[in-house]
Amino acid sequence: MSEPYKQIIEFDALPDDTVATLLNKINAEAGLKDTQGNPVGFVHWQCSCLQKKCGACAMRINGAPALACDTKLCTCKHGKLSLEPLKKFPTVRDLIVDRSLMMDNLISIHNWLEQSAHHSKKASDLCYDASRCLQCGCCLEVCPNFLPGGDFYGAAAFVPASRILSQLERSYPRDLSGFYKKNVYGGCGKSLSCHNICPAGIDVEQKLSNANAVAVWKRFFRK
Amino acid sequence: MSINIIGAGLAGLSAAITLAENGIKSNLISSMQSERAQSVMAEGGINACLNTMGENDTVENHIEDTIRGGVNLADKEAVRGLCENAPSIVKYFYDLGVVFQTNQNGIVQRSFGGQKKKRTAFVKSSTGKMLMTALIDAVRRYEAEGLIKRYPHHVLQQLYIQGNKCQGAAVTDIYTAESVTFSGSVILACGGLNGMFSGLTTGTTQNTADAAAICLESGVELANLEFIQYHPTTIEIPGKRLLISEAARGEGGRLFVSKNGKPWYFMEEKYPELKNLMPRDVVSAEIVEVTSMPECDNQVYLDMTGIDKKVWQSRLSDLREQVLHYLALDPVKKPIPVSPGIHYFMGGIWVDREHRTSVKSLYAAGECACQYHGANRLGGNSLLGAVYGGKTAAATAIKENHKPESAPNLSGVQPYSEASPVFRDSVSQVLGSHLKILRNENDLDLALEELDLLKAKTANPAEIRLLNLAGATVKCALFRKESRGAHRRTDYPDTNPDCQKQTIVQHSNVFYREIG
Repeated sequence: MSEPYKQIIEFDALPDDTVATLLNKINAEAGLKDTQGNPVGFVHWQCSCLQKKCGACAMRINGAPALACDTKLCTCKHGKLSLEPLKKFPTVRDLIVDRSLMMDNLISIHNWLEQSAHHSKKASDLCYDASRCLQCGCCLEVCPNFLPGGDFYGAAAFVPASRILSQLERSYPRDLSGFYKKNVYGGCGKSLSCHNICPAGIDVEQKLSNANAVAVWKRFFRK
Repeated sequence: MSINIIGAGLAGLSAAITLAENGIKSNLISSMQSERAQSVMAEGGINACLNTMGENDTVENHIEDTIRGGVNLADKEAVRGLCENAPSIVKYFYDLGVVFQTNQNGIVQRSFGGQKKKRTAFVKSSTGKMLMTALIDAVRRYEAEGLIKRYPHHVLQQLYIQGNKCQGAAVTDIYTAESVTFSGSVILACGGLNGMFSGLTTGTTQNTADAAAICLESGVELANLEFIQYHPTTIEIPGKRLLISEAARGEGGRLFVSKNGKPWYFMEEKYPELKNLMPRDVVSAEIVEVTSMPECDNQVYLDMTGIDKKVWQSRLSDLREQVLHYLALDPVKKPIPVSPGIHYFMGGIWVDREHRTSVKSLYAAGECACQYHGANRLGGNSLLGAVYGGKTAAATAIKENHKPESAPNLSGVQPYSEASPVFRDSVSQVLGSHLKILRNENDLDLALEELDLLKAKTANPAEIRLLNLAGATVKCALFRKESRGAHRRTDYPDTNPDCQKQTIVQHSNVFYREIG
């Protein structure tokens, strides 16, 4: 893989354009050059839904993780915009990173139900909110405790886990609880930097405390 | 032996889990991980006759509504299978943990377009995302067991078809540009034909239509490409159309246009029974008609201001947030401007009732396949069709147990190529201008001419394939000399009973085939 590099581009865009729109415009512009006069190649990035429902276009925007489809240029100070790939994941090309680690982690903690879900009215809103997780990786990007390949899996694991845990009955087999204690509870420094960064607006703190309640303190949701 | 599934949305996951439950391994191949699939964007709900609303709903009612909504172009026996299995599919997702709205009678169902009874189970306006999360978790268990192996950044490059039998597929790893071959049966579950209408649909950029284009090039039959659903209530946002779910009208939203300075609730006046909840083809065509009347404004509005506060809170909170975010308008307080946008492709890869394509050992399911919806899909039947179709395709592949006669190899495979975004935009401009809600021969001929001009400008195999698919779509629209469902010809405004057939396209040949 080549060394990371930066290019500075001056480009006219509209305040209401999103970063996603801007990237498409840049890629459609033939013969674009950077401020040093070097040609700007096709900027590789990922997108799918373009309406903040899929998480594909997460990247570092002006230093913080966000979705390109959800960030308007008018929010950039002084007309300056910096785009970088997420840093906690291996870079594939330009702004594309390989986030398969998150999927692997959810397999390794056994994030599934062994038996039919136990539906509890009290847990219904929690399940809905947790099920909205985009697996975009923004939460891991800002987490001081998450390191790629480390034992702590972060909010990208405990948010989905909170859904499964809240639908368990006491009698159910629950490998997840054990893995949760090892890969979430034991490693979380409670900085909650993940809380305000979630592009889906999930109440991450609530998911953590509810998941802890079931996995660690065996406080299961009843009817 | 493994079965190869291209696409990891709802249809692909349903196929994979059906295979795994039967102890059969699958390779689950997709351009991105499942969380990025278009299925997560489905909003309003999933149809099933659960009869929880005290309306004496029956499976027969569901079948009748689906056939009528599809203007008699869907295969009734296939639809019967779909509707009969719908209640158990909803129960399956409930057991997987989907938090459908419930009351003392069970799962609550809402009204949806083209249906005479409340039949749509839902989770607010995020039903697709909820089903996907539950199914992804369920599939994960089989990934851990080694029964499902994911290839999450791979795209279809070529199908190996010899003697009308699919022997496997070549796919490309888009991270490394390396090609890999997979031997054995293939289930295509790669979504609708959005890639021909870049920027003009409510769907994802990942539904590129490339697999359908590869099918056409390989001689696999496609069907009913002319039936493109324009959803009546969409808005333009950067790079695409944004869907305003039919749930808005299901919960009481009303369409109006200003006529001589006064609001005219045209759907309510013209269709007193189903009113704003007529099938989507009808509503979209009405919007075109009323906005072209000299006494009316050219903008239709969706008025949701009469919806009860509790309904907003419990059933539409996500829809409200979406409108607030993208339009900076509060739909609780003000009507919002809407217009029709491309939302669904009823046509696609031809399949029979068992989801076999015209080529042995090759199956298709979900939106990429032409099944269940006829000339117009009912809201709530797409999630259902994706799940049922995926399960059926997998069951058929198991039953047929085709063994490959030759191992695919990379020696004869064309290098991977993809259409450039700029080229896609050019194709989209042609089709978007001429393959609108109302079409006619002149427009369609012009589209063919303009596509030919584009062909002269490229030697990129993926772009040529895309052009051929676009051309086939226009030819299907020219071939069907009638108006039916989503296909409305101003030069043939009537429905012709002689055309109650499927349009088939193979290579460049277009012909009719009896349904079923």
